[in-house]
Amino acid sequence: MLRTHHRLLTAASASLLVLGLAACGGTTKDSASSDGGAAAQTGASADPNAKTKEGLKIAFLPKQLNNPYSDVETSGGKVAVGELKGEYKLVGPNDASASSQVSYINTLIQQQQDVIVVAANDPNAVCPSLNQARQAKIKVVSFDSDASKDCRDAFINQATTQGIGESLVKMANELAGGEGEIAILSATPNATNQNAWIEVMKKELAKPEYSKLKLVKTAYGNDDDQKSFQEAQGLLQSYPKLKVIVSPTTVGIAAASRYVSSSNYKGKVAITGLGLPNQMREYVKDGTVKKFALWNPADIGYLAAYAGAALASGQITGKQGEKFTAGKLGEYTIGADGEIVLGPPTEFTAQNIDQFNF
Amino acid sequence: MSEVRRRLASWDSIIIALTVLVLVVASVGVPNFGTSRNFTFLVLDLMPIVLVALPMTFIIVTGEIDLSVASTLGLTSSLMGWFWNNGLSIETIIPLCVLVGAMLGAFNGFLVTGLGLPSLAVTIGTLALYRGLAFVVLGDGAVADFPWNYTGWVTGTIGGGAVPNVLILIVALALIFGVVLHATPFGRSLYAIGANAQAAHFSGIRVARTKFWLYVASGAIAGLVGVLWTLRYSSARADNGSGLELAVVAAVLLGGVSIFGGRGTLPGVLAGVVLLAALQNALRLQDVSGQALNIVTGALLVLSVLLPNVASSIRATWHRRRLRQAAAS
Amino acid sequence: MTAALVTKSKRPALSAGGLMKTRELGIILALAILVIFTAVNHPRFLSGQSIRDILLNTAILAVMAAGQAVVVITRNIDLSVGSVLGLSAFTVATMMSTNPDLPMIAALLVGLAVGAVAGLINGVLVRYGRVPALVVTLGTLYMFRGITYSWAGGQQVNADELPRHFLRFANASVLGVPWLVLIAVVVVGGVSVLMRNYRVGRELYAMGSSPQAAELAGIRVARNLLGAFLLSGALAGLAGVLFAARFGTVDASAGNGYELTVVAAVVVGGVAVFGGSGTVWGAGLGALLLTVIGSALAVLDINQFWQQAIVGALILFAICADRLVAVRIARSLRKRDSHV
Repeated sequence: MLRTHHRLLTAASASLLVLGLAACGGTTKDSASSDGGAAAQTGASADPNAKTKEGLKIAFLPKQLNNPYSDVETSGGKVAVGELKGEYKLVGPNDASASSQVSYINTLIQQQQDVIVVAANDPNAVCPSLNQARQAKIKVVSFDSDASKDCRDAFINQATTQGIGESLVKMANELAGGEGEIAILSATPNATNQNAWIEVMKKELAKPEYSKLKLVKTAYGNDDDQKSFQEAQGLLQSYPKLKVIVSPTTVGIAAASRYVSSSNYKGKVAITGLGLPNQMREYVKDGTVKKFALWNPADIGYLAAYAGAALASGQITGKQGEKFTAGKLGEYTIGADGEIVLGPPTEFTAQNIDQFNF
Repeated sequence: MSEVRRRLASWDSIIIALTVLVLVVASVGVPNFGTSRNFTFLVLDLMPIVLVALPMTFIIVTGEIDLSVASTLGLTSSLMGWFWNNGLSIETIIPLCVLVGAMLGAFNGFLVTGLGLPSLAVTIGTLALYRGLAFVVLGDGAVADFPWNYTGWVTGTIGGGAVPNVLILIVALALIFGVVLHATPFGRSLYAIGANAQAAHFSGIRVARTKFWLYVASGAIAGLVGVLWTLRYSSARADNGSGLELAVVAAVLLGGVSIFGGRGTLPGVLAGVVLLAALQNALRLQDVSGQALNIVTGALLVLSVLLPNVASSIRATWHRRRLRQAAAS
Repeated sequence: MTAALVTKSKRPALSAGGLMKTRELGIILALAILVIFTAVNHPRFLSGQSIRDILLNTAILAVMAAGQAVVVITRNIDLSVGSVLGLSAFTVATMMSTNPDLPMIAALLVGLAVGAVAGLINGVLVRYGRVPALVVTLGTLYMFRGITYSWAGGQQVNADELPRHFLRFANASVLGVPWLVLIAVVVVGGVSVLMRNYRVGRELYAMGSSPQAAELAGIRVARNLLGAFLLSGALAGLAGVLFAARFGTVDASAGNGYELTVVAAVVVGGVAVFGGSGTVWGAGLGALLLTVIGSALAVLDINQFWQQAIVGALILFAICADRLVAVRIARSLRKRDSHV
């Protein structure tokens, strides 16, 4: 019997050896090169006058399916695919995890889609699969949350990172009356876009005109309604002098608003950030929220579909300076690193919120 | 003859037949299912479940359970990222991670066999503990820059063909576990323990020690899968593999292993894993939501125990009736 | 002979009761130390709003823990409670958003009914299908969740679609005690009394201590077992209604993974997974302790990532403590036997 234990252990160590032998020599973080993963894309040049192909199969893969914000985004994509006379498909996991997204990318490769429009849950984890897709001649457009830039053809940026960060700080400053403690309630700690905005916010806050604003904490609600709710609760308990919670995520701002509107902090603590008008209407009307911002998410999906179609038709390749037309939104120019910027965000207040329905 | 009939009717042969049926039907009926690339994807998707299911089968056969495997996977994945960030070479990290997994398993084993605590409660505790520690190690961050030759090996195929590299590993480990379980005295002793631990003890089997080593093996394999998972997604994260424990237990039970121990075969378990993965893959290719599969998984799981029970009670009634008839005539 | 047996079995039961009391005392002690330590560092931890938040967060968990405790006492387990919560929450939220005029009591009854049916399915499969509870409820965990997902199809019910009175229920209070907390206290208290003082309760303990003996002793095992699963399901359904009212936003993933937290609360609360011992109010205390730990970590600004690890360590600590108690009881029994 003992011998069998040894056999078990030997088996385990043998399997280790198999792995160990796959490469020799010590590879450490410093000696490793991570460029091997990039896909070998053919250096085709763009033909701006190429006709937009019809019948393109365009698939949307948001971070997760049951997220109202993603729903609005992809609904815009559906409209655009209809205009392009293509085949629209929406797939996605029920949890915002990178590994489950990979399985869906693999399926889309198998189904031989023409374009994959993806919001990456983890910029790196989806990379190998996306590159496999590109090797299979599928164009990859990222939206909402970018994938690593060497594994997608274009990225639809809702607004420049700088612009969003600045407007968040500006709103927080107004609501705090120019001084006091503020806190951030973000999505997951490794959410690509939220972190970029928070970085800009911190730089902005370092400027002399905001010297009286103090960022006391960045909490993470993981884009989970309940977690965000409890994190908002925690912030208010830990920081009694808190004046503003800035939540640059639609789930977070709604949860924080709901908590504050039902607690006795209502009227004492302001909430702002990025939110959906339909979700926030109630809290704007009851006075919990004075002001928040967002771009039109449906336009992101819409633009992504058009960018994907332009890529698949050969009108653009994703290089800086190339131009294409995105239906009702007009002409767009590709920026550095394949980025396409949608436009400036809209600010919503009690006065204008009823004009928006998304 | 009756032996043959009994074998044909046993749940694991039914599940194997069902698996073959699903594979054939899907290859013919589902476009893009039977391609070599899809085979690669299928193998990669079922890799973590099948590997963890091997030692899990042993443990459940002895009448215990290990729910902490997915958390062990997450903790080794986290540690892998942390070690990598701290400049250790990948060749050191991989064995280290498997060793850590074995130690985490040994802790489970100690609590279950040394202190005599119920394994269900112990491993629910370590499920929370190990996952919590994974978050403590790496927070919510991710480490992604693992060397290409390793990440590429895990996702790659032999000579660029249809056979994924990891399939060798899966087949090798499955063979080893299969031979140990079905062709050695040690394997038979596991069934003896599961059928009646006390009787096994009195017939000279070292019950506690055997169970302890099973937990060590379970931890080591979970650690290895943590490494493979990390390399496959080139992403070391604390939440890697969360919820996998239920999928593994479901696959093992579906494969005909009794939760009370003492019954079940490894081929049945392998069929259970392949059945679930193939169904999921085929349904996704047909654009059926993965959630519909939840209903199928759950139903299969319950039926896997319910049907044999119903069948045996029908057989018993039938038998009784025949006896009565015989007595009457 | 019979008399000797009776006295013998009576005495250890008493001493076991005493030890069990110390078990709950231990949780209360741990709670007190934690609260005092946190409050000294952060006086606001004891503010009205903070206590209210903690109790509200505990309420849902405690309701589910009460049902789970009953099932675990009969030497079974109900892993499907998180999925039942999701199914009930989504049913009730959909119903209330399409029929905003329905009274709150209708929501509560529908939630209870959905849960009761789910629980009954579990019970029937366990008893009449002779399928182990772990397998059944793991299966129905997948099935109930799958049904909710297929039905919801990615849809979500938002707070603004739900009627005001429904959402207000979560925050409204009677004499300063929120309804949610009141419901939890009534549920935990009621089930505790049922288990402690009524025949059926004692029968459930007997079933957990020795299923065969219980059957031979003429206990109506089938009825009691169905009742236990029905209760656990119904309470998970009730928790679904409370969840919908409290959080306002409900999608198909509501309560995902709750089953482990509920089992953790029950185990920390001193209910043995092998059945036959532990109390329902202990499980309620377990739920409170887990929630307080979460809140205290947030207030003390300890890395929130430690929370799960601490919960895990606590579960292990709790079962080790229970084992110690059991060993001591066994030893004292043996000693008494040798004296007799």
